Amino acid sequence: MSTPGIAAGPFAHDRSSVDRIMLHVCLALLPTTAWGLYLFGWPAINLWLLTCASAVVCEAICLRLLDRPLRRLLDGSALLTGWLLALTLPPWAPWWIAVGGSIFAIGIGKQLYGGVGQNVFNPAMLARVALLIAFPLQMTTWALPLPLGTPGAPDWLEGLRITFAGGALVDGLSGATALGHLQTELTLGHDAVQILDGHFSLLPAFLGYSGGSLGETSELLILLGGLWLLALRIIHWEIPLSMLLVVALLAALAHQINPQVHGGGLFHLTSGGLLLGALFIATDPVTSPISRSGRLIFGAACGGLIFVIRSWGSFPEAVAFAVLFMNALVPLIDRLCRPRAYGRNGRGKPLMAAKWTSQVKEVDKV
Amino acid sequence: MFNLAQFRGGIHPAAHKDRSAALGIAAQPLPSRLYLPLRQHAGAEALPLVKEGERVLKGQLLAGSPTELSAPIHAPSSGRIVSIAPIDAPHPSGLKVNGIVLECDGEERWIDLDVPADPFAEDPLRLAQRVAEAGVVGLGGAIFPAAVKLKQGTRHEIKTVLVNGSECEPYLSCDDRLMRERAEAVVDGARLIQHILRAYSIVIAIEDNKPAALAAMRAASEPYGAIEVVAVPALYPMGSAKQLIRQVTGREVPAGGRSTDVGVLVHNAGTVYAIQQALRHGRPLISRVVTVAGGCVSNPRNVETLIGTPVQALFDTCGGLLREPQQLLLGGPMMGMLLPSTAVPVIKGATGLLALDRHEVPRNDSAPCIRCARCVDACPMGLAPLEMAARTRVDDFDGASEYGLRDCILCGCCAYVCPSHIPLVQYFQYAVGQQDERRSAARKNDYVKRLSEARAARLAEEEAAKAAAKAAKKRKTPAAAASEVSP
Amino acid sequence: MLSAILVLLLMGLLLGGGLGLAARYLAVSEENPLIKEIETLMPGSQCGQCGYPGCTAAASALVEGSAAVTCCPPGGAALAERLAELLGVPLDAGALAAPMLARIDAAECTGCTRCFRACPTDAIVGANGQIHCVLSNACTGCSKCLEACPEDCIALAPQEPTLDQWRWAKPRAA
Repeated sequence: MSTPGIAAGPFAHDRSSVDRIMLHVCLALLPTTAWGLYLFGWPAINLWLLTCASAVVCEAICLRLLDRPLRRLLDGSALLTGWLLALTLPPWAPWWIAVGGSIFAIGIGKQLYGGVGQNVFNPAMLARVALLIAFPLQMTTWALPLPLGTPGAPDWLEGLRITFAGGALVDGLSGATALGHLQTELTLGHDAVQILDGHFSLLPAFLGYSGGSLGETSELLILLGGLWLLALRIIHWEIPLSMLLVVALLAALAHQINPQVHGGGLFHLTSGGLLLGALFIATDPVTSPISRSGRLIFGAACGGLIFVIRSWGSFPEAVAFAVLFMNALVPLIDRLCRPRAYGRNGRGKPLMAAKWTSQVKEVDKV
Repeated sequence: MFNLAQFRGGIHPAAHKDRSAALGIAAQPLPSRLYLPLRQHAGAEALPLVKEGERVLKGQLLAGSPTELSAPIHAPSSGRIVSIAPIDAPHPSGLKVNGIVLECDGEERWIDLDVPADPFAEDPLRLAQRVAEAGVVGLGGAIFPAAVKLKQGTRHEIKTVLVNGSECEPYLSCDDRLMRERAEAVVDGARLIQHILRAYSIVIAIEDNKPAALAAMRAASEPYGAIEVVAVPALYPMGSAKQLIRQVTGREVPAGGRSTDVGVLVHNAGTVYAIQQALRHGRPLISRVVTVAGGCVSNPRNVETLIGTPVQALFDTCGGLLREPQQLLLGGPMMGMLLPSTAVPVIKGATGLLALDRHEVPRNDSAPCIRCARCVDACPMGLAPLEMAARTRVDDFDGASEYGLRDCILCGCCAYVCPSHIPLVQYFQYAVGQQDERRSAARKNDYVKRLSEARAARLAEEEAAKAAAKAAKKRKTPAAAASEVSP
Repeated sequence: MLSAILVLLLMGLLLGGGLGLAARYLAVSEENPLIKEIETLMPGSQCGQCGYPGCTAAASALVEGSAAVTCCPPGGAALAERLAELLGVPLDAGALAAPMLARIDAAECTGCTRCFRACPTDAIVGANGQIHCVLSNACTGCSKCLEACPEDCIALAPQEPTLDQWRWAKPRAA
């Protein structure tokens, strides 16, 4: 017999909530987002608003169709997905990229799996990869930074035209990302050192005055946001650290061996979406392992994959592919890497107390 | 020496201990009636030894323990037995339990107590027996009979007697006050336990947020050697025996084992005091210190009360309730449970009575798990609560067990930190209950099966005996006929 | 072409014939071992609450699929789960009847001893002319005593809830 409705303890709580976590992540994204919006002007602002709004609307429709409580919308997870997706899009991408991407992320990437907490893959990355494969041209046309208010920057109406009427980018306004440029030039048989000498310099890349996705330009601001999240213990340190470390080490090693082809550790760290991916995307709690050792493995494997794909793959950028690939392995990692329980050894067998030693001896009972 | 790294997980809940710890232990006035449930311990119900209407003296044995794992119950005051019947249980279900109702006569006349002249001269097993007869159980809330642990300890090599004064639950300060005000008695009790167990040393562990208790215990243990008073970090659940052992000795109790496996025996400070009272003064366990606290209590403080006093009387002693409490708890907010009303009595295991206000109670609307793994980080047992809950949700109890339910101590750290407000502990309580249910059903099934087989065998035997008798009679009849004919 | 057809035909005949012979001579003549296994799980009190004459009959009905895994009230949820696992069928926990216990009305009982002679599990104690009493830990609620009682003073009632039997309820899912 039992009495329904009687709550068991604890009758205390640290007052955390999912919506606060999502809000904090959004706040941490704010600096780099604001910088990106300033750098790429009105079309970027339109794109960001449109992606976030369509993600939230799509979530609302899905919740309605699936007969789930609409107040789940308030947890902010849909907004965050949309936001992250917007940050990984080319800043002057047309409106249907934004809307289509959001619908794919929320509808297929998240709700089809059962909603928040149930998805296997990071929804934003799933949508980005889907868009990249379906619309390679639009997804690799990078606007050059043209900050708001500078001469030549599109005004509000011009911005609307670029986003909604699909005005093609004038040649002078577009360029390649550092990673893309390196890959193109390498295929033409040029030397990596020379290519980077002419086209890449570290400080602007770190501070963020370079072409690329909306949110990935300023490594400094991303780092600030990420460190803030780490300080709040909203994300764990294991994934970013192991991921960045592995990429940097592999890149440095490869650069030592063959500088003609490889760009070096700092080039990789400050280029593309690596930092954004390491701090905000791979750390998505839903799609990352739950144990410390699991997270270390996950991060390191992501880093390894990123370097391999960047160096030898056909796409210049690899964060999304690496994260998605490792997302698929998370259930396996979780199964294999469990925290050691108190009073048990790593394999889950009870410890045996040795009588006369001060140490607890591990003996397997077979 | 004691590094924090040894303690995995754990949480830092707001302590809320200041107000109740500031005031001294108050004496609870004698209530008109005392309600004594027959089961205030871990084992089977005690058996009443008195009749309705009988007059009893303070400290008189009212109910004996039927088994080793049970504890006897004594009269907390002198008076008349009004009834032996079901009374309201201090339990969230609101069910009744069998109990004895005692009407106090106000005279407080003690029965003649059997006081050992010098307990240190007595045989340890005899002392353990005295503790058993005094009805002492674990007063930290576990209510496991203290004597059972002592007797077990005499059979194992115990290196350290660990006195648990950590009191990690928020709000509670009864052990804190006890150690401050009766430090000598607690130290004496610890030495008596050491004598019973022939242990090498005594360690008194107190959380570092209780400097006054630490100082008092240090001063009281000064005259004796081999007593170490250590400050352990204030971290919930430091008061859990397994966690405290790891913190103090650096060793882990093997899964499924007891603390004696690592040469340690843990007793709560309140229990140690009760053992001292039993061995030095012959007094059975008839009273205890209870923390009365919470936002709805006017003057939160510690009260020494007779077992069986209605909860309402304790609130009255503390100035009454300011408002209708949002939640009424027995024990601390982490591992305590809801009380159905203020009419229920205080029992041996009652560490605290909390009347929590609306703002002190968390909201309980839960959301889906986002696998943030905060519960994994917080779990002091190194388990994966989210996986256990996910399996319990689909009634996969074996899966939940394999993922750590078998090691779960139900401390509530996971639910405390869960941003989705998932009632994780309730999932685990449910799973544990269902596993119990299955086990007891299987036991009954086996028992019934044995009974019916025994019955079938008996019937067959009777049948055979009858048939044999008939055959014998038949044989006899022709023989008799023959004998009649033959001469 | 023709040879291929012939070879295949021959092979078919040979293998088919072999299988037929094997089925004939190597057949397991005993009853389904599953029935035996299930029977050992059942309470064995032959109480008949399942609607079959005894536990063996119920076991074979379970194997045939004509009886539900929840058919045995004395076995309870534990048995139903084991059966569902063994037979590979889904378990409908809602179909499980709450266990019942017999209770003797002491005011009416004449101490005729008929009920405890009828009890398949010896769950009733008493003596001639004394009031009888049901042992709740042995009673399966089979209602055989009800039929035996000439005074109609035995009734089945759900078990009185006690703290020992109280369990925490499952939380409502988020």
